[in-house]
Amino acid sequence: MKAKFLVPLILFLVLAGFLAFGLTLNPREVPSPLIDKPAPAFRLARLDQPAQTFALEEMRGQVWLLNVWASWCVACRQEHPVLVDLAKRQLAPIVGLNYKEVRGDGEIDARDMALEAETALAIERAHGWLRAHGDPYALSVLDIDGRVGIDFGVYGVPETFLIDQRGNIRYKHIGPITPESVEKIFAPRIEELKRAG
Amino acid sequence: MPALAADAAPQARPAVEDPVLEERVLELSHKLRCLVCQNQSIAESHAPLAVDLRNQVREQFVAGRNEVEIVDYLVARYGDFVLYEPPFKTTTLVLWLGPLLLLVAGAGWLGLRLRRRAAEAATPLSDAEHARARALLEGGADTPKQEERS
Repeated sequence: MKAKFLVPLILFLVLAGFLAFGLTLNPREVPSPLIDKPAPAFRLARLDQPAQTFALEEMRGQVWLLNVWASWCVACRQEHPVLVDLAKRQLAPIVGLNYKEVRGDGEIDARDMALEAETALAIERAHGWLRAHGDPYALSVLDIDGRVGIDFGVYGVPETFLIDQRGNIRYKHIGPITPESVEKIFAPRIEELKRAG
Repeated sequence: MPALAADAAPQARPAVEDPVLEERVLELSHKLRCLVCQNQSIAESHAPLAVDLRNQVREQFVAGRNEVEIVDYLVARYGDFVLYEPPFKTTTLVLWLGPLLLLVAGAGWLGLRLRRRAAEAATPLSDAEHARARALLEGGADTPKQEERS
């Protein structure tokens, strides 16, 4: 009974504890409902051969990464050397999903642009960027209108999906990949998935 | 932020369309959270993704889907986070029922306190206390306490 005066103090400490924990969370990282679910099927034009398409099924049997990028994306520039390095190590093929290359760039008004013209401009810009910064991708595909991005629940660029041999998404990385995330997350998980077959 | 420039005007759309359809799009959009500007609905936000999602909602209405189907479509991609009102399920039980439980607990505690106080007040005064109270009421000086009550 004597310790009754401690009750408000304890309540305060519990509340402060919850709030302190809340500060360590990142509200920008929204957990994806697609984890351990089949990656949404898509078929898109290839950046290197726009007349040809690439479909998700073509990666069946491989552990691979789908990296969402665009030349207007500032954080992608920070991530790019890490991707180039990752590609050199040949851990897993990286497929680039070039996301809204033209209409995603706030400095271009693409509203009145015909789709052919927009696609041509997207190809030119994407190629230019890869020439300037190196090309870590097995191939890139063009998501001109961002429709495939929506299917993957993309809400910012860059994002990277780790996909297993059966075409299931096993991990989603939001924001730029860092050397630490390669060592701590990507490399071990890729090895593990490869071993599991 | 370079993306802001394109925000002011959504992607190419004819100026006036079916007003009933637009009403439905707007109504549903108010219930969906923008993942970029997380404190805004996709109806309020000018983020490019919000514009894309509004267009998705519109297209799906045109394709004949209803509200429930469209919400399911978005939840399958972005998770429950896309809903402004969290769904009622086991993981959100505390969220939904917590305030109610707190209210009931608080009311119970208050009731207990009030009853105890009423019981205390009902304790009659001793003769000595009566005499002292009367002396005070009549304007006399307080007599020294002869017995402590507690």
